[in-house]
Amino acid sequence: MAEAMTITEKILARACGREDVSAGEFVNAGIDLALANDITAPLAIKEFESAGIDKVWDPERIALVCDHFVPNKDIKSAEQAKQVREFARRQGIGRFYDVGRMGIEHVILPEMGLVGPGDVVVGADSHTCTYGALGAFATGVGSTDLAAGMATGEVWLRVPETIRFNYHNVTGRYVTGKDLILATIGRVGVDGALYQAMEFAGEAVAAMPMSGRFTMCNMAIEAGGKNGIIEPDEVTMEYCRGRMRREPLLFSSDNEAVYARVVDVDAAMVRPQVAKPHLPANAVDAVDLSDVSIDQVVIGSCTNGRIDDLRMAAEVLKGHKVAEGIRTIIIPGSQSVYLQAVKEGLVDIFIEAEAAVSTPTCGPCLGGHMGVLAAGERCLATTNRNFVGRMGHPESEVYLAGPYVAAATAVTGHVAVPQEVLG
Amino acid sequence: MIFEGKAHKYGRDVDTDVIIPARCLVTTDPDELASHCMEDMDDEFIRRVKQGDIIVAGENFGCGSSREQAPLAIKATGIACVVASSFARIFYRNAINIGLPILVCAGVAAEAGTGDSIRVDLDRGEVTNLTRDKVYQADPFPGFMQEIVTAGGLMSHVKRKLGQ
Repeated sequence: MAEAMTITEKILARACGREDVSAGEFVNAGIDLALANDITAPLAIKEFESAGIDKVWDPERIALVCDHFVPNKDIKSAEQAKQVREFARRQGIGRFYDVGRMGIEHVILPEMGLVGPGDVVVGADSHTCTYGALGAFATGVGSTDLAAGMATGEVWLRVPETIRFNYHNVTGRYVTGKDLILATIGRVGVDGALYQAMEFAGEAVAAMPMSGRFTMCNMAIEAGGKNGIIEPDEVTMEYCRGRMRREPLLFSSDNEAVYARVVDVDAAMVRPQVAKPHLPANAVDAVDLSDVSIDQVVIGSCTNGRIDDLRMAAEVLKGHKVAEGIRTIIIPGSQSVYLQAVKEGLVDIFIEAEAAVSTPTCGPCLGGHMGVLAAGERCLATTNRNFVGRMGHPESEVYLAGPYVAAATAVTGHVAVPQEVLG
Repeated sequence: MIFEGKAHKYGRDVDTDVIIPARCLVTTDPDELASHCMEDMDDEFIRRVKQGDIIVAGENFGCGSSREQAPLAIKATGIACVVASSFARIFYRNAINIGLPILVCAGVAAEAGTGDSIRVDLDRGEVTNLTRDKVYQADPFPGFMQEIVTAGGLMSHVKRKLGQ
């Protein structure tokens, strides 16, 4: 009889061919999918090739997504994307996603059914933890780890301890996964879950659509977490149906599983959140920041670039105009999110509101392109980091929030809750 | 291995965006990356740093983005070792994988100042602040990681494994 385990431990035990593993052990886990982007892949390719390795372990289980600096912002970024494109061709990697067929990696991989419950996913991108929303073990690594993964199909991991977060009761109106995760990071701090798994559970999570679950797991890294994870349920299965071509492996935590700690949150008490500069842990109630004026609003990213997020933004922006002096940039997370937004008339709403709508890209989130900030400028974004200089000049500022608050802020010109616009 | 150099002292939560801003991630050349290292938080760093110097920092060093360009940039500035109260996990892996010596050692940062002379004995896991005449013991590397360090980085370790 195996030891009582958490979902994270069960997935890792299976991935290393063991009956059980426990927190603190080092294991070599088999990889179901390895991922890199146009910033991290070039370094991984350099490491891979300079080690004299000819072939990747399995071209079917590698995904390369050019999403950070594309459509290429300058000659150097074009050269990097070209390296990735050529490597994919040389290695026969079919899952290479380029302009016109791409989207933000953490939006498109689940959308295409390339990741699913029970998988071990390593990505050379810190927000790889997003896929935990599907009940997968997914974690960010660096380029050399990814190179080693591409060579061997394995990754060394220390089995993490787990913190269980129970979100009791259901959230109020206009309170989303983004608000819950910002409130959580605010509570535990930016290293509050360092090296640990963050297991999200409870009534509020059970009632949450996949989009909100992706948002929550996406930001596990902002609390230092190794992975965020949610036990798969009917909502997960509904999402996977018609997308995944493999049989999903459903794991859940045992009742007797050992947790490093359990954090209880009353979701009904959480109000729309905003994280102030310069740490995601600086979360406060959005209503308390109504005196903060904003120069730019960005809605999109791997955190909040899904169709539900755009629907929330449209609900607030419909029939309104972006306030005088504010620039609003809306970036669908994938081509299919973009197309859906067009079909539903969301893009009409955005353009009529005088917001800019662009092709999918990570662009402004990391100060790459498509909305870089000047000195002294202040942006409210649905992205994931508000570090010094994250979106541009080191003297610019980033406030983080969900799509409702972002859209209300765009309309009013200051940090606002949606009730201020919708009544 | 023993290093001796001047301390460059930073606080907690030094993120990889300030270690190397994303606008600089259009190259994989270590020297080019190094020329922008820390510039958004300390534009004097790159002028001040000397071969063999040591970064001393608080908790959660290297948090945020997984960019391996961060430890690569630090290494290419000539920094011999980063000593921090704790490291964010991806940065920790990356540093081990590329062969940038790092040590987890609480207490050093609290008492050190920029310019202090620091001596690091990697094998013994000992950090000495020569200016303040204080010795600290670092956390030992788990055995598994020691193998990677001994092999000279992760890719050498992998090559050895694939060769078997």
